[in-house]
Amino acid sequence: MLRPGTGIGPEPLLAPVEDVQPRRSRGALSAARQHKLAVAGLAAVVALTLFSFVGPLLYHTNETATNLLLANRAPSAAHPLGTSPEGRDELGQLMVGGQSTLEVGFAVAILSTAFGMIWGAVAGYVGGIVDAALMRVVDALLAIPFLFFVVLLASITTPTLLIIVLAITAASWQSAARLVRGEVLSLRTRDYVEVSRQFGAGHVQVIFRHLLPNVIGTVVVTATLSMADAILTYAAVAFLGLSVPPPATSWGDLLTTGIDNLFDGYWWQLWPPAIAIVLIVLAVNVLGDGLHDMVEHRLDRR
Amino acid sequence: MLSYLIRRLLQAVLVMLIVSVVVFVILHALPGGLVRAQLGPRASTYSVHQLERTEGLLKPLPVQFGIWLLHLVEGNFGFSYKLNQPVAGLLAHYLPRTLLLVGISSALTVAIGVPMGLWQGYRRNRPDDHALSASMLILYAMPDFLLGVILIILLNLDLPVLPSTATAFGTSLPTDVSVLVLPIAALTLGNVSYYSRYMRASVIDNMLEDYVRTALAKGNSPRRVLVRHVLRNSLSSTITNLGLTLPYVFSGALIIEELFNFPGIGLLFWNASQDRDYPVLLGVVLVVTASVVVGSLLADLGYAIMDPRVRVG
Repeated sequence: MLRPGTGIGPEPLLAPVEDVQPRRSRGALSAARQHKLAVAGLAAVVALTLFSFVGPLLYHTNETATNLLLANRAPSAAHPLGTSPEGRDELGQLMVGGQSTLEVGFAVAILSTAFGMIWGAVAGYVGGIVDAALMRVVDALLAIPFLFFVVLLASITTPTLLIIVLAITAASWQSAARLVRGEVLSLRTRDYVEVSRQFGAGHVQVIFRHLLPNVIGTVVVTATLSMADAILTYAAVAFLGLSVPPPATSWGDLLTTGIDNLFDGYWWQLWPPAIAIVLIVLAVNVLGDGLHDMVEHRLDRR
Repeated sequence: MLSYLIRRLLQAVLVMLIVSVVVFVILHALPGGLVRAQLGPRASTYSVHQLERTEGLLKPLPVQFGIWLLHLVEGNFGFSYKLNQPVAGLLAHYLPRTLLLVGISSALTVAIGVPMGLWQGYRRNRPDDHALSASMLILYAMPDFLLGVILIILLNLDLPVLPSTATAFGTSLPTDVSVLVLPIAALTLGNVSYYSRYMRASVIDNMLEDYVRTALAKGNSPRRVLVRHVLRNSLSSTITNLGLTLPYVFSGALIIEELFNFPGIGLLFWNASQDRDYPVLLGVVLVVTASVVVGSLLADLGYAIMDPRVRVG
């Protein structure tokens, strides 16, 4: 995570909708129409996912063999995006790299949000000294410059995708924890929760019936935005040398190769992965902002 | 105020303790042990054993941890066998350069991001606000090193005005300045988007507050209210943000130093990781964490001084 999470909440990147107009229809379609940008973001995420995972089924290339006779070729009819220093087809590389990039993005988003949600919910619900202890741990972890530990990790182990996912997750669950804790803390004292406690509802029932359904909107938004951060972090981590061993690759690895060959003028190795990374991060952020607005509206209507 | 400071200080100590335990565990979980890592795989059992004894590695782990901590407090960070120097000297040489990089970049980030966000909040949802938001969004979506590469392409390859590497840092003042421009720009631009975004949201929130309505009702011009009231109110949270973002700025410096070959602590760290020079690696981690902790402590202190609510509480 290169960019700061304040832990205060996912601030909307785009203009927050200020003047809340009364909206009659609640259908998903009309909501979608109101958030054209978010829909565009979702479409881009789907398109890039299809490109990475379905693309190789339609566009057949050999992405494992090395062929130095074909190294660093400029784009041509046979290789629309040229070739890599190992003589692999760049378009095919982009698809394979997209797979690991998106896998890390989705996995970190799910894992870090789930872990942060549990941590924050326990802290907020139990309160008192448990809350204080759990949140001090979060504060302490937020003060650690994470990338230095990544380089340390890279010098000790041969990274696998799982290690990378766990490392990025370890650095990114804290903001979800803070956010969920804040929400739970304010929900816990609401009248309807008090009433259901009075009627004899147990902790489990309160948590699953009243707290989680109300937190889920925030959680989805956090997960979306943390996916964008995870992809950026994965690229940075690859640049620093913690990457899956070849022939596996990622957009960050491809971009790093492009940068290494910058002064040779092999632009086709630089710009495609660069554009892919910017595009996916933009798309996911825009989608997250749209979801954020929808959640806020839902809260307003209550 | 005092209890707040004590609490913050305890937290800082906690962070340092966690990090030093983690670092110590890594040091002792090295494949083949610390001594193998230093002497290499071909060292004889005899020399391994001897070094283990002289380094005190045969004592129980908690005792070793205590001795290690004691050495740290004395400023003894161990010895780099790869560079044949005490680690403390290396750190003292390289850390100030990185602090310079991080310091200038943080100051610039605030100096650009805060006014920009203020302006955007004031002009919200007009074309210029949208244009700025969109460009900030694109900057935000770029990894720091991509930003650095684009700057190199624009200002070194296409229009050769600035050097693409900072290896010459430390020779003379004019060189230092020209060499620092691109790394600082790369480190700053990405973070500007964060501050402007935060500031914009803060201004829009504040504009709905009663105190703004009162100030406007008393006949103050919107601009005056913005600068005298809203900006002042948002500055304290900006200082908090400065403390919170510090770990990321240092992480960013690691990447930027590697990209531009800037001879700071990040590059020292990077080279040490290539050589598996563990004493240097662990020393840097400790010193950088300490810098972050001290930096955010200072930020919180500034916040406490600026915000009367904390001063009283």
